Amino acid sequence: MPKYDSWKEMPIAGVIDKPATAREYNTGTWRIMRPIVDKDACINCMQCWLYCPDMAIDGIVKEDGKTEMVGFNYDYCKGCGTCAKVCPVNAITMKPETEFLK
Amino acid sequence: MPTKLAITGAAAVAHAMRQINPDVVAAYPITPQTPIVEYFAQFVADGVVDTVMVPVESEHSAMSAVVGSAAAGARTMTATAANGLALMFEIVYIAASMRLPIVMPIVNRALSGPINIHGDHSDAYAVRDAGWIQLMSENSQEAYDLTIIATKLAEREEVLTPAMVNLDGFITSHGVEGVEILDDEVVKDFVGQWEPKYPLLDVDNPITHGPLDLFDYYFEHHRQQQEGLKNAYKALPEVFAEYEKISGRKYDFLDLYKMEDAEYVMVVMNSAASTAKYVVDELREKGIKAGLIKPWVFTPFPKKEFLEALDGRKAVVVLDRAMSFGKEAPLYSLVKSALYEAKERPMIGSYVYGLGGRDVTPAMLHIPFEEAMKGELDPNEERYLGLKE
Amino acid sequence: MPVNMKQLINLVAKEDWPFTQGHRLCPGCNAPMVAKWATMTAKALGYEPVVGAATGCLEVSTTIYPFTAWNVPYIHNAFENVAATISGAEAAYRSLKNRGKLKTDKPIKFIAFGGDGGTYDIGLQSLSGAVERGHDFLYILYDNEGYMNTGNQRSGSTPPGADATTEPVGKVKTGKVQFKKNIVEIIGAHENVYAATASTSDPFDFMAKVEKGLKHEGPAFIAVLAPCVRFWRIPESDGPKITKLAVETKYWPLYEIDRGVYKITRKPRNFKPIEEYIRSIGRFRKALQHPEYKEVIEEMQKYVDTRWERLLKFEEATKGMYLR
Ligand SMILES: Cc1ncc(C[n+]2csc(CCOP(=O)(O)OP(=O)(O)O)c2C)c(N)n1
Ligand code: SF4
Ligand code: SF4
Ligand code: SF4
Ligand SMILES: [Mg+2]
Repeated sequence: MPKYDSWKEMPIAGVIDKPATAREYNTGTWRIMRPIVDKDACINCMQCWLYCPDMAIDGIVKEDGKTEMVGFNYDYCKGCGTCAKVCPVNAITMKPETEFLK
Repeated sequence: MPTKLAITGAAAVAHAMRQINPDVVAAYPITPQTPIVEYFAQFVADGVVDTVMVPVESEHSAMSAVVGSAAAGARTMTATAANGLALMFEIVYIAASMRLPIVMPIVNRALSGPINIHGDHSDAYAVRDAGWIQLMSENSQEAYDLTIIATKLAEREEVLTPAMVNLDGFITSHGVEGVEILDDEVVKDFVGQWEPKYPLLDVDNPITHGPLDLFDYYFEHHRQQQEGLKNAYKALPEVFAEYEKISGRKYDFLDLYKMEDAEYVMVVMNSAASTAKYVVDELREKGIKAGLIKPWVFTPFPKKEFLEALDGRKAVVVLDRAMSFGKEAPLYSLVKSALYEAKERPMIGSYVYGLGGRDVTPAMLHIPFEEAMKGELDPNEERYLGLKE
Repeated sequence: MPVNMKQLINLVAKEDWPFTQGHRLCPGCNAPMVAKWATMTAKALGYEPVVGAATGCLEVSTTIYPFTAWNVPYIHNAFENVAATISGAEAAYRSLKNRGKLKTDKPIKFIAFGGDGGTYDIGLQSLSGAVERGHDFLYILYDNEGYMNTGNQRSGSTPPGADATTEPVGKVKTGKVQFKKNIVEIIGAHENVYAATASTSDPFDFMAKVEKGLKHEGPAFIAVLAPCVRFWRIPESDGPKITKLAVETKYWPLYEIDRGVYKITRKPRNFKPIEEYIRSIGRFRKALQHPEYKEVIEEMQKYVDTRWERLLKFEEATKGMYLR
């Protein structure tokens, strides 16, 4: 995490001199509901990937040119459920985080 | 070879801008700054400069656009006065905090209300805490010189602080005087090229300008700004010396006039200093040891220089061309506080004069000296010169 | 060819997200969708987006020092001046390019994001000025119909009856009474501009408009209906579902005004009554309990019907009649 102990070390002007440092902050800790995908039902349409407001779904284009929804990035997923809502085949279900407590 | 031209202060500033040749100028007209923008727009229209001019729809947008432009990495200038500066106010602070070396001539005008287009210093004072360097000019020559000096100073890496160059509305901006204009090449070499530290347009190294800066680092950023001004204070003598080399004209924090043995000292800013110098000469002819101090630099405030110049004098009268309602006049209170550490504190008095462009006459400026000589100064009384009492 | 899903996925695989994880907008907020789609589209088209943002939820939640969710150059100046700020950056780009001082020769495109407060209200002058001057930039309004960052105060975009803290529903008032200002018409009336509406229910319609806006040499403006899940009092998952209803009820028709030429980009086959839209959003609940609000709904229905008819006629009448 970028942390400065003295004003003398910091870049001036309030500039954040590196891009995408927010990744060092895990918004996944906010989550109350966890999205789970049923890959058998999933048709890899990528709507969930496109919609996720937290860029917490990974996707690829395979060598055969087909798209594939790979899974969730729980470091950042806030559990909003938008992915589940936009999925045309209801392949995503939202489960309480408490179910995953060990 | 420098050329001597008979021009107005506004034209002199526009010539300085032409020679500095900024990448971008964004400005909005307001009396008495308007001719600066007009002259410069003509330079652009005639192809004398290839600066991109942004004729914005307000001063708020002028300052906003110059922030965008300077952050992008372009040398950027604007100019304004009074109400225009007030409309910019929020972004004036932001420009300083973003450490953008914007240079902005301010043609000093009374800050309403009621509305008044003539000169006083209420606009300059209103932004004294905004984090800008503030240079002050007595006449067109100084306005020209200080605009060039400001550019060099503001862009120094350890300074990176925007700068205002103040000149009095109408008296300086519209008065025609002889002004010595340096060669274009000389100015070009003097100001050099600005190498921005964090250019927004460096798409290969994306950075974030202007984040939300909460209690964990805001304080530190402001401490850095303070350092920028401390560094400006350190750099000023160097920049002045370099400028003397190309121009033969010597600048300093304070313009000291007949101060060697002066017992009675007047402190005054900008154009009224010319009248005050005349008054000092008259008093000297009568054998009175009068002197004058005119700051060329208001921010960073040359406290040490004031202390050195005033310690041990008999009396000091400080003239302010604006009031600070409910408080002591700004220049007065700063000079007074500089004298806290004096070994032999002089008597001191505060005089407010010339509001809304009211004429400043020699007779008027004799009054503070006379009261000083009679021992009638009261440090707690604000007195008014030329007021219909 | 408009951008497609595969292009976007490949872009992220090859170059990373231009707008990244770790931002602190509320779960389900629709503003980050807008930011994500717009920057991805620009990148997929081979442009380097340089982003400006007005003060508001999107800005404060994505750049909490020393964290930034932007993977592209970004600048925030203040609340009311993102258009002026970006116009300055765009002027600098032209100047530096002309003077050979630019470090890159990649094509840069400027995108400004503003909330409804920063656009309909306090930033309208700055936006109008920048559009009139013809700067080459795309302004994207994420319209959540209120000052959400500061806790749901009314804006010129808040619809009648929506509960807002500065114009709440009370014993004698049904909340805000005025209709939304028609911002697209206002900006479209500058005539040199590509102006459009969009909705989070239709990302590809939006992205096609982003593409048009970026390719239009001059100012472009897109108003995207992007719910604030928190103060609209809707489930976190439901933003896009509700904006879909907004389109289907004519509350938020999807169209564009390209230099004076109107085009409706989506024509729903069947329309639903506006009341269905209003009932689906929690922030109308209090007004709905008010006996007088029924009349307001009727008025709104009349308004959206008339506006739609008018749009159809404009579309017909302005065909091919580019003003600039
Ligand atoms: C000049 C000024 N006035 C008021 C504010 C306080 N303020 C900050 S954000 C905001 C509302 C933002 O609303 P909007 O533009 O709709 O964006 P949202 O937060 O809804 O995304 C207000 C009133 C400010 N920052 N600056
Ligand atoms: S629940 Fe929300 S944040 Fe999590 S993956 Fe789905 S859309 Fe993204
Ligand atoms: S939206 Fe549903 S079907 Fe489409 S990729 Fe996501 S999980 Fe699979
Ligand atoms: S308050 Fe509303 S607009 Fe702001 S982040 Fe939360 S959901 Fe988004
Ligand atoms: Mg809003």
